[in-house]
Amino acid sequence: MSSSSLTVLDARAVDRTLRRMADQILELNAGTDRLVIVGIQRRGVQLADRIVRIIAAQEGTEVASGALDITLYRDDLQTVGPRPVVGSTSLPWTLEDQRVVIVDDVLYTGRTVRAAMDELADFGRPSRIALAVLIDRGGRELPIHADIVGRKVDVTPGDRVDVLVEDLDGRDEVVIVSRQDGR
Amino acid sequence: MAGPLGKDLLGLEPLSAAQIRLILDTAVPFREISERAIKKVPTLRGATIVNLFFEASTRTRISFEFAEKRLSADTVNVAAQGSSVSKGETLVDTARNLEAMKIDMVVIRHMASGAARFLAERIESNVINAGDGTNEHPTQGLLDLLTMRDRFGDLTGRRICIVGDVLHSRVARSNIWGLTKLGAEVAVCGPRSLLPNAVESLGVTVFDRIEAAIEWADALNVLRLQLERMQAGYIPSLREYNRVFGVTSARLEKAPRDLVILHPGPMNRGVEIDSDVADGPHAVILDQVTNGVAVRMAVLYLLAGGRPELAEAAKRGGA
Repeated sequence: MSSSSLTVLDARAVDRTLRRMADQILELNAGTDRLVIVGIQRRGVQLADRIVRIIAAQEGTEVASGALDITLYRDDLQTVGPRPVVGSTSLPWTLEDQRVVIVDDVLYTGRTVRAAMDELADFGRPSRIALAVLIDRGGRELPIHADIVGRKVDVTPGDRVDVLVEDLDGRDEVVIVSRQDGR
Repeated sequence: MAGPLGKDLLGLEPLSAAQIRLILDTAVPFREISERAIKKVPTLRGATIVNLFFEASTRTRISFEFAEKRLSADTVNVAAQGSSVSKGETLVDTARNLEAMKIDMVVIRHMASGAARFLAERIESNVINAGDGTNEHPTQGLLDLLTMRDRFGDLTGRRICIVGDVLHSRVARSNIWGLTKLGAEVAVCGPRSLLPNAVESLGVTVFDRIEAAIEWADALNVLRLQLERMQAGYIPSLREYNRVFGVTSARLEKAPRDLVILHPGPMNRGVEIDSDVADGPHAVILDQVTNGVAVRMAVLYLLAGGRPELAEAAKRGGA
């Protein structure tokens, strides 16, 4: 069995997409007032940071941001066992009445987002929660949709969508890795 | 499929250095949960945990209970007094009866060394040793390791001296196993009557004088001197013990470096440790208590889950 990979977004496309997503976040929330941008560990956090920087450059204000590790809110501990690495959650001192935008790299089953919303609810009651993802690959198992999508891709369930970010991987790129059964 | 630690936590002796590091690394993010306004995550929702305490304990039992509750588990406390244990039921019968009520984990404290292992081999639930006789008290050892690691970063080559009643101390034993596995140098110091025979065979240095231990060490783990030891003739008097082995600020001032001071509690102020040391800037005794909850959460988390039949189903479902 071999695999082939296809670049969906290169570095420049990732940059353009994030700029557009930042614009859409501002549009959706009518500016930066009471806006909180929260990334899901790990690559969501990097993408959220980038969006915060883009907004800062454009609007001249640093919006509040945070990181969410949803490991302890997963619903599969009993089935797949504990994930060995638990990351950290750090959020602004209040979410009460804030407009929260959750940022993640890939939206797939929707279970991560479900867990993220549960976790946010334990920190306060935002006035609204929106979801922004770089890639929507379909395949939802829960009634969840993204408000802002960088790129929608069609992939089969066996395929993998890898989001590489400069801070962790040395370059920005989105790749679809498909398995082929050598026919 | 067992989790990364296997089914049970019986001691630090059976664990590898990697497993110990995994527990400590996992405990760090768990500390933050106790700082939240809502100190609770849903991780162990639906799991039932029995705290089976055959010996008096306040700190350890409360710490376990907080850890369990902050992970959303349901908990039941069974103390030996007032239970059918006082009617002569055997340990294994007690546990089997509890298991018949469909529990997931047992935290056991027992006066007999080996009680936790005995139980673990006979029931299917996960067993966590909360202290068995003079054998081990692994979660105390782990919280001591985490507290020292917070201060020192890496423990490799650090010098830790355990002071006091090593002979009767399961805390000492868990510390020795854990510290040596993480590459620290370990010594013990106390009256010969309170040190085990051939303690050197565990790979530790022995100091007969506290002054020499203080000169050598980066940290002292000061054990509680159990007062009943005096009646049993191990030491002549508490005053003499304090005069010869007490950790006092006068002695610490002569040390070539600032020593980190640990104590597993409850303290006998003025016996093994003086008040100004216990309340001083280098004591990390309350950090140990805070870390205790985090370490126990980490252990519960790492032992939980991992049911093979469900894992297979999950794989087929592509989750």
